[in-house]
Amino acid sequence: MQNSETILPPITERSGPLRWLRHNLFNTWGDALLTVASASLIYWLVKSLLIWAISTAEWDVIVANLRLFLIGQFPLEQVGRLWIALAFLVFLTGNSLAIWDRNSRLAAILILGLPVFLLFLPFAPQTRVWLGVLAATGILGWGLGYTAPQSLKRGVAVGWLIALPVFVLLTHGFTPAVEDVPGTALTVVPTNLWGGLLLTFLLTVVANIFSFPLGLLLALGRRSELSIIRWFSIGYIELVRGVPLITILFMAQLMLPLFVPGGIDIDRVLRAMVGMTLFSAAYLAENVRGGLQAIPKGQFEAAYALGLSGAKTMYFIILPQALRLIIPILVGQFISMFKDTALVAIVGLFDLLGIARTVLSQPEFIGLHREVYAFVSLFYWGLSYAMSYISQRLETSLGLGVR
Amino acid sequence: MQHSPARKRAAPFWRDERFLQALGQGLFLLAVVGVALFILNNMRAGLQKQGMTLGLSFLSGIAGFDIAELPIAYSRSSTYWQAYTVGLLNTLIVSGIGILFSTILGVILGVARLSKNFLINRLAALYLELIRNMSLLVFLIFWYQGLCLKLPKIKEAIVWFDSIYWTNRGIGIPWGIPTASYPTFQLILLSGIFLALIVFFSLRTYANRTGRAPLTLLWSALAFLVVAALGWLILPVKPLEFSIPFPDGLKISGGKILTPEFMALTSGLTLYTAAFIGEVVRAGILSVSHGQVEAARALGLNGFQTLRLVVLPQALRVIVPPLTSQYLNLTKNSSLAVAIGYPDLFYVSGTIINQSGRAVEMIGIVMLTYLTFSLVTSLFMNWYNAKIKLVER
Repeated sequence: MQNSETILPPITERSGPLRWLRHNLFNTWGDALLTVASASLIYWLVKSLLIWAISTAEWDVIVANLRLFLIGQFPLEQVGRLWIALAFLVFLTGNSLAIWDRNSRLAAILILGLPVFLLFLPFAPQTRVWLGVLAATGILGWGLGYTAPQSLKRGVAVGWLIALPVFVLLTHGFTPAVEDVPGTALTVVPTNLWGGLLLTFLLTVVANIFSFPLGLLLALGRRSELSIIRWFSIGYIELVRGVPLITILFMAQLMLPLFVPGGIDIDRVLRAMVGMTLFSAAYLAENVRGGLQAIPKGQFEAAYALGLSGAKTMYFIILPQALRLIIPILVGQFISMFKDTALVAIVGLFDLLGIARTVLSQPEFIGLHREVYAFVSLFYWGLSYAMSYISQRLETSLGLGVR
Repeated sequence: MQHSPARKRAAPFWRDERFLQALGQGLFLLAVVGVALFILNNMRAGLQKQGMTLGLSFLSGIAGFDIAELPIAYSRSSTYWQAYTVGLLNTLIVSGIGILFSTILGVILGVARLSKNFLINRLAALYLELIRNMSLLVFLIFWYQGLCLKLPKIKEAIVWFDSIYWTNRGIGIPWGIPTASYPTFQLILLSGIFLALIVFFSLRTYANRTGRAPLTLLWSALAFLVVAALGWLILPVKPLEFSIPFPDGLKISGGKILTPEFMALTSGLTLYTAAFIGEVVRAGILSVSHGQVEAARALGLNGFQTLRLVVLPQALRVIVPPLTSQYLNLTKNSSLAVAIGYPDLFYVSGTIINQSGRAVEMIGIVMLTYLTFSLVTSLFMNWYNAKIKLVER
């Protein structure tokens, strides 16, 4: 028997800032060298970036053209419609957050923090009033959802279903514009005046929403036992995935007008939307197919054993599970389509990137490429990053993508 | 018994599943053909109104426009077909260079992302986050107009080692100019490649027969280099004459000038794709379980042998398929050259459309070309997957 006092405690690594440094930064000579090299690289990058952003860059070009960046040439007297459409979305967002993600800090940040943050930016007084309205509708929606979550669920779902049509209708308007007559509150705003973030947003949403049913059908078609349907789906998917998006957009711009009978004029924005939708559908089909393949065969067999038909098995058993599995992938695709909308600038639309080019052609802002493109990059980057961050948070809190 | 004995009675044909399936397929085919005919008909009518017919004969017409970057002989009086070839070659050049450099950078990033060094690790992670949320087109335009065109003028050029000139009109680098003996040297190089192939295959047969693992690639490369060096020394006139760029008034003479468009496109695509390749490489390395390394070390293999014989073969199985699709993405993304004015396949085809008005035919040709790229890639992938497929018990 050994005396207990002679037993030494296990050797533990002492922790402390110095030890951490030694362990993580200066483990070996080569390591130390790399550390010094990368530290000086970071120092040089940050220093030159800060010097540029603070003293050299002329950010006036952004402030002066902020409205162009956000909504393009949309007539000033009709802007209220966009605010109302936006308020509708904000209301729905607040409502849904209160119903489905009651206790998250995210909701508080989104609803309270964002408007307060925006109020600090140098906007016109009128804009600030509208921002206040947005914040109020957001809080109202959240409050309503929080007090009566169960009774509102159905209403909110319907609200989201009609959100896109409402948004597009409010943007587009009803009554045709007549020359020399001042327009009414809902005079048509032709799509060539849509631009900036507004157009980018509409393109992204429309392409994603309409490509969903198309992609779903293509995915089912590719797994079908009927050979003609299967080969058609395979052909379509591989054809579209094999060519760059820009060729599809060019085809939509140049050839779509040839495809329809003479006399019918397809709007340029609509052509881009069709192109993006057709493109997105092929990629979506492959994502859905991935989800379908992940469903074990036993699920099919169990459904058949219960006497469900093929269509019912798909609709009630397989698709709900498969789609739930691929929600994170679908969000990823949404984000990548958002980034890809910039390509419509090449075919002459005035989305965020297209507007940046027109801003740079203004004589007083010539040569400010760095400022303008840095701003646009930051916009795309920030929105993509925010979307992926929020979706990750929601996925973990709702347990999506996990079976 | 109340049940009558089971009788096989054929279901009426309208409830026979096979009939319904055939009917459904027939209707679907009819609908597809109908829509296709409708579109074709509209297209023919529309083209007729413009006084045009479909056909490829226009390709032998005179192009009549200039192209800025020429890998082969081309002039205004060349044909559309030659213009298309120039564009195709430019696309291949940009893709090839982009693939080479993005692989190198991507491997570095992937390894850095796994580094135990905190700073290196974070730096790589930051880079990946920055790039992956960026719109490629916006990035490319920013890169071109914000950096490549903002380099100093030729008079104030940044000069490295007296031989590399960074200017807003392009980057001048030293380059070899072929001399009279260059064709002979090319023949020598060709025989070097031939010898390297012989070395490669004989070493591989040797490896298969004996179970040893000679450094096949290294010896083959060495064989090639020896032949090339011998050829260089033997030839009385040196096959290449090195020319160093120098500022010459408003332009740079000598050496090779890499245009801002070319530099922006290749470096932009490289930086962008490298981030994705980095993730692929990281996933591949992580996929080899640590036990494999420990087992290899226990068998007495040293670090390099472990990497070459145990880790890499298993990691490559995971890496190669997504890597190939990243290469394909890079090739397709090179069509964004049109936004910064580099005359690649898509840009040149756009010019041909403007010049000849043959939108339908040219878009068809361009799509077919890109489809061929992706077909070749997927053929390679199928071959590779079949080759490395795990032999399971």
